[in-house]
Amino acid sequence: MKTLVRDGIWDNNVVFAQMLALCPTMAVTTSGANGLGMGLASTAVLVASNVLVALIRGVVSAQVRIPVFIVLIASLVTVVDMALNAWLHELYKVLGLFIALIVVNCAILGRAEAFASKNSVLASLVDGLAMGVGFTVALVVIGLIREGLGAGTLFAQASQLLGENFAFLETRLHERGGALLMILPPGAFAVMGFLLAGKRVLDTRLEARAKAKESSEAQPAPAQAG
Amino acid sequence: MSRLAYRAERTFAAPHAHGDGSVGQTMFLVQLALTPATLFGFWLYGWPAFFLWTTTLVSALVFEFFCLRLMGRKAPGRALADGSALLSGWLLAMTLPPWSPWWVGCLGAFIAIVVGKQVFGGLGQNVFNPAMVARVALLISFPLQLTAWVTPLPLVGAGAPGFVDGLYIFLGQTPLPDAMTSASLLGFAKTELARGAELSQAFAAVGAPQVSWLGVRAGSLGESSALLIALGGAFLLGVGIIRWHAPVGVLAGTLIPALIAHALAPERFLDAHTHLFSGALLLGAFFIATDYVTTPATAAGRLAFGLGVGLVTWVIRSLGGYPEGVAFAVLLMNGITPLIDRCTRPRILGRTRGGEAIAAVGKEA
Repeated sequence: MKTLVRDGIWDNNVVFAQMLALCPTMAVTTSGANGLGMGLASTAVLVASNVLVALIRGVVSAQVRIPVFIVLIASLVTVVDMALNAWLHELYKVLGLFIALIVVNCAILGRAEAFASKNSVLASLVDGLAMGVGFTVALVVIGLIREGLGAGTLFAQASQLLGENFAFLETRLHERGGALLMILPPGAFAVMGFLLAGKRVLDTRLEARAKAKESSEAQPAPAQAG
Repeated sequence: MSRLAYRAERTFAAPHAHGDGSVGQTMFLVQLALTPATLFGFWLYGWPAFFLWTTTLVSALVFEFFCLRLMGRKAPGRALADGSALLSGWLLAMTLPPWSPWWVGCLGAFIAIVVGKQVFGGLGQNVFNPAMVARVALLISFPLQLTAWVTPLPLVGAGAPGFVDGLYIFLGQTPLPDAMTSASLLGFAKTELARGAELSQAFAAVGAPQVSWLGVRAGSLGESSALLIALGGAFLLGVGIIRWHAPVGVLAGTLIPALIAHALAPERFLDAHTHLFSGALLLGAFFIATDYVTTPATAAGRLAFGLGVGLVTWVIRSLGGYPEGVAFAVLLMNGITPLIDRCTRPRILGRTRGGEAIAAVGKEA
């Protein structure tokens, strides 16, 4: 269970390790609030689809599984789409176009195929949640960096998404505005690239440290021996 | 390592010959060719221009050093001495408005060196010209600062900012007075056209920027003095650092459509003379489109590359939204350079174009 969570959030992160779902990642992360909204909507779909797929995995034959998964995911996305339109209409106006695109978010079909169709309902639920949180975190981080550099704000319009209680999140870093490029598509690729490189460096360092620890535990330090 | 061993290491099977030059030598000669125009720019735009130039170059070197360290390259100091980062920074500084605040130069150097060059693997690996990547990124990000051209105030003349005032402008503490800012010629033409004015009337009006060989007018370091840039280009051609194909291609690509369009509709299109002496056309033709790394490898390919740059430049200047398009044109053509290289692949020695072996001549006798 711990591995599942760790996998979803860090080791096997949808964006930073599997490199899936890059289309919504690039398109909606122009601000932290947009990233958060997209992440949460995707998480909801991901959890529901994982659970449903795990439930029916014994019934569906291998030959028709992909169409069945797609119909399932498409129905779920339609539900989320309508729910957002009904209860979070302001956010829907911003994200509307991209919500429908969750259907083709390869992360969701990917988890259905790679995990939920082979595992129990509970494991699939946890997996969907962990992957969804990992995806959300990635989207929010990219969104915040782009927003901070490009517009000079953080979490602008977050209260529309989360309710008036969260208005304190909205920060203005400076008044001058920012580098417009970061809001445009090239900014998404640049931020994504630097984050990927950063994660790799971190992973390599951690691995090296773990290895050093292992070898030092296996052989007692020569100072003690001598 | 002795010189002989160095040579031996580079000697491959015939028909290759070692040119016996080094990266550092080439970069130095290009910098030498840029020096006259740069010095003239300092004289024309005063201390702020000098501060900006220095900042851009120093930051380029610092970022290059930092990247080489990060990549675990041995002896980063020696790699730094090849002057390639210095040249990228220099070329970038030539294209910036001379009175930009310090962070424009610093950020530009970061984009050029880190995003434009080292991310791709360093010297010789980059797909796009680093200086042009930085220039375009800055222009899109900060349109206001990147179009604030100043009227020339020669260093010795009255009203020019002194050392301390120049420092304040450079640090971004003093907003540029309106009287000192001025449209560049291409920008002026674009605005007038957008207002629906005819070009001939617009240029006859008082205060319109004039074309000038010598370059006492608003612009960046690299565009003001067409004469000195062209001289630098001629020097590079003379010492064999660049070949004629790319520059000729660029100039022909812009001037031929300009001639035709101006002859057909003079009230709508600028004449070839204006195109030639304004903006970064000459700098682009001699210093940017001749970059070894990001342009095609063959003579025919370079000519095609140059024509493409020139044509796209003219299209952007005449029909596009931006007044100047050399940087965009160079980046676009950089993108299709691999394609050009594929289409202009040279014949293999001893084989026909189709790859068939050629029968030895004279064997029958």
